[in-house]
Amino acid sequence: MMDESRRGFIGKAFGAVAAAGGVASLIAMKKTWDPLPSVMSAGYTTVDVSGLEANKLQISVWRGKPVFILKYTEDMKPTDGRSVKVGDHYYAVMIGLCTHLGCIPGYEEDKKMFKCACHGGEYSPDGVNTFGPPPRPLDIPPFKIDGQTLVLGEEGPEYKKMTAKA
Amino acid sequence: MKEFKILAVIMALVGITYYGIEPYAHSVMHPEVAAADFSFNDLHNVDTKLVGNVENGKTLVEANCIACHAIDAAGHPAVMSNADAAASYGVVPPDLSHAGRIYDANYLANFIFDPVSAMHLQHKFSPDSGKTFPMPSYNWMAPQDIVDIVAYLKSVAVKVTDDKEGHKATFEAACGRCHNMKYAGFEATTPVDVIKAHMGATPPDLSQYIKSRGEHYLHSFINDPQILLHGTSMPRVGLNEKAQEDVIAYMEEIGDSKKAERNSLGIWVMGYMVIFAFLAYLWKRKIWEEVH
Amino acid sequence: MAEFKKAGSMLEWFDQRLGVINFTKVMMTEYWIPKNINFLWAMGVLLTMLFTMLLVSGIFLLMYYKPDVNMAFDSVNYTIMQEVAYGWLFRHIHAVGASVVFLIIYIHMFTGIYYGSYKKGREMIWISGMLLFMLFSAEGFSGYMLPWGQMSYWAAYVITEIFGGIPFIGDELVVWIRGNFYVADATLTRFFMLHVLLIPLAILGAIVFHFYSLRFPHVNNEKGEFFDFEAEEKKYLAGDKKGSKVIPFWPVFLSKDVFVMGVFLIFFFYLVFFHYSFAMDPINFDKADGLKTPAHIYPEWYFLWSYEVLRGWFFEIAGISGKSLGLMAFGFANVIFLLIPWLDRSPLVKPANQRPMFKYWFWLMIADLMVLTEFGKLPPTGPNAWVGFGASLTFLVLFLSLPIITKMESKKKAGGK
Repeated sequence: MMDESRRGFIGKAFGAVAAAGGVASLIAMKKTWDPLPSVMSAGYTTVDVSGLEANKLQISVWRGKPVFILKYTEDMKPTDGRSVKVGDHYYAVMIGLCTHLGCIPGYEEDKKMFKCACHGGEYSPDGVNTFGPPPRPLDIPPFKIDGQTLVLGEEGPEYKKMTAKA
Repeated sequence: MKEFKILAVIMALVGITYYGIEPYAHSVMHPEVAAADFSFNDLHNVDTKLVGNVENGKTLVEANCIACHAIDAAGHPAVMSNADAAASYGVVPPDLSHAGRIYDANYLANFIFDPVSAMHLQHKFSPDSGKTFPMPSYNWMAPQDIVDIVAYLKSVAVKVTDDKEGHKATFEAACGRCHNMKYAGFEATTPVDVIKAHMGATPPDLSQYIKSRGEHYLHSFINDPQILLHGTSMPRVGLNEKAQEDVIAYMEEIGDSKKAERNSLGIWVMGYMVIFAFLAYLWKRKIWEEVH
Repeated sequence: MAEFKKAGSMLEWFDQRLGVINFTKVMMTEYWIPKNINFLWAMGVLLTMLFTMLLVSGIFLLMYYKPDVNMAFDSVNYTIMQEVAYGWLFRHIHAVGASVVFLIIYIHMFTGIYYGSYKKGREMIWISGMLLFMLFSAEGFSGYMLPWGQMSYWAAYVITEIFGGIPFIGDELVVWIRGNFYVADATLTRFFMLHVLLIPLAILGAIVFHFYSLRFPHVNNEKGEFFDFEAEEKKYLAGDKKGSKVIPFWPVFLSKDVFVMGVFLIFFFYLVFFHYSFAMDPINFDKADGLKTPAHIYPEWYFLWSYEVLRGWFFEIAGISGKSLGLMAFGFANVIFLLIPWLDRSPLVKPANQRPMFKYWFWLMIADLMVLTEFGKLPPTGPNAWVGFGASLTFLVLFLSLPIITKMESKKKAGGK
């Protein structure tokens, strides 16, 4: 009897230790695939918006992603919760990747709209999806307004207000 | 017999699918455009039926052109280094030694008359955009004088051989001020940041363009870039048919250098496979005699 | 330890140590295959040969390829294609082979469905075959990234982005798979590892398993007939080769396969030398640029049908977004073939043309897959989007109705008797 239960105990203990080792190795392997610290901390992007022309799309790069900055013309109305006011002008600031499958839409100045060549999605100049497969408006990157410059990657009060509303 | 029927069904299904995803889908994605036009007959500011006078052309060129342009073939060296020239003009002004040979005469005459409209670059260099093209228009010059200049440039043009060396010379004269050809170890004479500021876009490296664009596309594109790529910074350069063929030949010699080897080896390998299949059939028949 | 006698011949020497004579019998000369077969039964050997060609050409490419975003493109298009002697040939064989291997896989797969070679004890053959299909898909996808051209980059981008649709963990999963916020150097090197080591190892294992799974239930035949293999084997060995319903794998079965292989290779090398652009897309000869989307992005042709199932759903239904619906349909499409042995409820093993209802189902499915493949490449605008939706919906309906159709069919059969 003693022997039986002891063997049972040793078997279970060995099994548990082996399983713990296995799980630990899996965690280590998962972490090996994680983005590296240098990638995670990849810096912030600063964009000076003072020199931008209205209705001309400016594309900056932030964490390998294109960021659209579009200065509104006088007759374009700012959209609540999407337009960013820097100085006296309104801007659309958004990640330039189609929310469908991540292609980069192009801006058609004459029609004042974004069109994605991949699957035909369309967006208004403030980035709201108006046609096709995109499920939601273009994402807005975290930003901070610092005088006439935008700091992408840092969450300023305007950004926090925007996300709180949404 | 039944096996042939099965094979026919499979071939039909594969054929239909192939047609749909290759020739048909590509014809939808890349609609056919008009063939290249080497007469440039949209340009008629200068009547090129006039007969040019080489002597007068020489005088005019020496008075008007060599302040900026080198003409190595006629003993006029470059006035400054490529880097300095690029910095002053935005792009290195071409050495005119090849101009008479590679450009279409009608294009060249009309180019001298008004460069921007000949190049179809009004969207880049217009009074509205605030950018001006470094070469002024010679629209004040008499057509006869322009034709004389063209005649002179033709008379001094360098002759090249019809081989890789000659193709290389044509390529460098026609494309080499803006475009790199990395796989030939060639760098554009205008530094890349200068040309980007000047034209608004970085001219692509052309090493693999013969593969990525293909001969057919290149023929139409080089002839008039705006048709296939509306709004591009690439000017219509006005190459005549022979020069354009040489340029594309060079792109193939650099970008697809194993083409000849591929085509000749292909025949041999396929021939070998036919013999292989035939003997395999005889062997199969002999073996299956026993079991059928 | 048994005592070894001095061997009288080289064969005997090896036989004493490795049992080669018995091994050859088991694997080749007394491995029995039905005689009643057509050339479609040669696809397995064809696939083995293609995999070998991919492996060998891949080894040569591996010697010069550089898995680094700054060097990959030139190492392929300059070093391998233009400098290495016959490097271009190995690349063409590898690229065309990778594309054509899927054509043969599909023929092999649909042959199995047509002749009902997945039921009554043959379920594991089907499952291991589908496992191979999935591994080959992963191998094809990871390999397509390596030349680091525009299509490499954007196909990788779009396909990894699909995982972002998985609830809760989606966004983080995408970053984890890529090792960066976008497709970058880390992505290239890890997919390189998968392509040249992990997946090929898994494929080799799965091939052995697939072959092994054929041993017990035996290979199916053209009529779906079940017979006593041992009795037929005795007949054959006794000399009644013409009367026996079986043939040995070597030399009889393989002699036919080698002939089929010869004919196939004429076609294959025609593609390799003269008609390769379907497998080496011109757009991929532009170096990858993360800030410039090509006008048209499409996966390789063998993924088009499932890609079209994914994007056929472009509008919201009952509050569920088109993207989520597409993702669900895509998930369904990728596992449903695996379940065919259980979706087909008819116990009959017969070629499709002898089954009153299944034959319509089979040809409809083929037609639907062809439509999906075709529209998966065309731009999804205007009516194309609706054709894609219709074909995607048809696909789901076809597979959901398969149990009902086959059940009805078997009842009708029973009632008719």
